Amino acid sequence: MTAPYTPDEMMTVAAARRLRDGAVCFVGIGLPSAACNLARLTHAPNLVLIYESGTVGTRPNVLPLSIGDGELAETATAVVPLPEIFTHYLQGGRVEVGFLGAAQIDRFGNLNSTVIGPYDAPTVRLPGAGGAPEIAAQAREVFVVMKQHSRAFVARLAFRTSVGFGDGGDARAALGLRGAGPRSVITDLGILTPDEQTHELTLTEVYEGTTPDQARAATGWPLRIASQPSVAPPPTALELEVLRDLHRRTKEAHAQRLRIRLSG
Amino acid sequence: MPFVPLRELIATHVRDGMTVALEGFTHLIPFAAGHEIIRQGRRDLALVRMTPDLIYDQMIGMGCASRLTFSWGGNPGVGSLHRLRDAVEHRWPRALAIDEHSHAGLAAAYTAGAAGLPFGTLRGYSGTGLAEVNAAHVKKVTCPFTGETLAAVAAVRPDVTILHAQRADRAGNVLIAGIVGASREAAFAARTLLVTVERVVDALDAPMNGVVIPSWLIAGIAEVPGGAYPSYALGDYPRDNAFYTAWDDIARDRDAFTAWMTRHVLGTSDHAGFLRSVGVAE
Repeated sequence: MTAPYTPDEMMTVAAARRLRDGAVCFVGIGLPSAACNLARLTHAPNLVLIYESGTVGTRPNVLPLSIGDGELAETATAVVPLPEIFTHYLQGGRVEVGFLGAAQIDRFGNLNSTVIGPYDAPTVRLPGAGGAPEIAAQAREVFVVMKQHSRAFVARLAFRTSVGFGDGGDARAALGLRGAGPRSVITDLGILTPDEQTHELTLTEVYEGTTPDQARAATGWPLRIASQPSVAPPPTALELEVLRDLHRRTKEAHAQRLRIRLSG
Repeated sequence: MPFVPLRELIATHVRDGMTVALEGFTHLIPFAAGHEIIRQGRRDLALVRMTPDLIYDQMIGMGCASRLTFSWGGNPGVGSLHRLRDAVEHRWPRALAIDEHSHAGLAAAYTAGAAGLPFGTLRGYSGTGLAEVNAAHVKKVTCPFTGETLAAVAAVRPDVTILHAQRADRAGNVLIAGIVGASREAAFAARTLLVTVERVVDALDAPMNGVVIPSWLIAGIAEVPGGAYPSYALGDYPRDNAFYTAWDDIARDRDAFTAWMTRHVLGTSDHAGFLRSVGVAE
């Protein structure tokens, strides 16, 4: 018997399971941060988490609201200047896994986190690139975690912030990007994997209670479906307990009000 | 390096039309200095920050800026910076030109500025839209040794960089501990460096490889306890994540934003007054 769980919890658990113990992982904020810390607190205790704020090997007890919360610095192996994270660690080829989210993704795993609408007159100005373009280019492999709906999984990105497989086929290699690109896209409906030749995202796994038809309906292009999509196991009791504990501790910590003593 | 009140520090060194960087990556964001710039009514600033954060949301919303160089413009973990969005989407309260980078790119641009070089180089921007929309500051360069095509980013050289730090000693040497972001690079890239600190102490007791900025690099220091609030100063006070979350509602609406700024920033004479006004100071 498993307890009931939400689609978000299934997505986070499925994403966490992708991380092998001991991997060096560059973590984006939000869904990636929850998944990476769940992995660290369950099957991958030696996972090395790097946040772009320069915290290396951090082991936060609560999820950070920002990528630079004190919790990340206080529990880190090392805190290094931000330029060094992007030059020595990432560009230097030391990062095995990049874990990203985005507002939009296309069929070749390219990501948009910049604007909806024209760049010069956007209907929605999104936060922008942050560390994502170079993580997507240089991490040896990339996982993307996003909720699947047709406004996010689009035929054409409003803006290409980070490169997956470009226009498909050998386009990524032609750009000279050193990392292998997206390995999996983990959503609340299933898992998409790039085709080995065309690099087009293909639904290869669903969850208990989700179907290929649901995934197709939530995708803005004609989604390719593997001939026999497998079914990912549901969250274990332990995975759910650890994830819910993490969110509970996080909620409590983020609600605390603080007082500052003024001297003099 | 004189110690001066914050009001005098800003009045002396920050002029309309300047390129100004308030750095500090999530940690040690110089909110007090930003608020003082707002109180003094500076206009047409070209602001530079990797993460504009709430402080630039406030400065943009109050009409201080006409240009912004940045690499990630959200409220971390919460969502949008609504005042930044309103300026870009609807030109309120005025149009805001943007020069947009990735973190790696802007870090390289600061590093080049700090080193006195005209550009920084990195493996970056390849295949992204950023290279097109910021073509004035992002170009390609060929490695003279290997022939590899690399990205070149124009150096960032602020007229003024402002940092907040935990401690200064009485000679004006400054110690930063914890997450430093690109603060050192922004400091060295600037023509004029200003610093606010939590406390002035007799001795820094800095670890040998700690981030210490020697006094002779600094044009002026103001002691401002709580000067990074609602961001944080490691060892002094934590980030007020509840306030960052609450800001979403305050900033979403123009009138609510203006009322909040009028009451808590324009309506107070200094940062201690601000901290009391928002109920944080003891």
